[in-house]
Amino acid sequence: MGVPKRKPSRSAQRKRRASNSVLHLPQLSVCPECAAPYVPHRVCPSCGQYKGKQVVNIESYG
Amino acid sequence: MRHLKRNAKLGRKGAHRNAMLANMVCSLITHKRVTTTLAKAKAVRPVAEKMVTLGKKGSIHHRRLAVSRLHQEDAVKTLFTEIAPQFETRQGGYTRIIKLGERRGDASSMAIIEFVEAGSPQGADSKGSKSKSKAKATKPAKAEVAAEEADTATAQAPEEVEEQAQPADQEPQASDVSAEETPDSGSEDTSKKTDS
Repeated sequence: MGVPKRKPSRSAQRKRRASNSVLHLPQLSVCPECAAPYVPHRVCPSCGQYKGKQVVNIESYG
Repeated sequence: MRHLKRNAKLGRKGAHRNAMLANMVCSLITHKRVTTTLAKAKAVRPVAEKMVTLGKKGSIHHRRLAVSRLHQEDAVKTLFTEIAPQFETRQGGYTRIIKLGERRGDASSMAIIEFVEAGSPQGADSKGSKSKSKAKATKPAKAEVAAEEADTATAQAPEEVEEQAQPADQEPQASDVSAEETPDSGSEDTSKKTDS
């Protein structure tokens, strides 16, 4: 059976662990209607529009 | 093995799941628009579209098939008389799912499922008016701003302005009742009325 020849250095160990705990922010777009940031392919949370149509009345989700 | 089984289980056994999907399709038929989780919306869509297909065929046999799936005769009636005729020229794709983002609390992705044709805003109207009345009671200034935005924003805007007028009509009645009981709260209500 194959066995590691070397103990991983602290640097390699930390790099391996750090790469798994990076937090990624969601990729945001700017709403063409109200200029607020929103997640693409979702209804804009600040104006309630999607693809130029008023989909949701924002008051109900405030 | 679970190969090629694409239906979402939704944490339920088959009978429970079928009953829930039938209920959701009936809600979609009566309200034209349902806000639910994305997973449920995706599970409802094929059932709803099959029911519309039955509705387009329109015979008594297909009506009975729809009832045997949905268990609600009044919903089947509206499906066959109101909804299916709207889709006569459309070959499939009768529903639309719009993603809303994550729900507070359990962070599940939410979505709106609605019928594509023009009848769809009805559900939005009833929902909007309900929420608007609540919003007016607490913060009337914000509702006014929303009304101004709605004026400029879209083609649907005139309908929404009309909705706003309705809760405003209902509100003074409620405040009159409270005014008879306690004069202090009555003065607050009149100030609210002037705001709105």
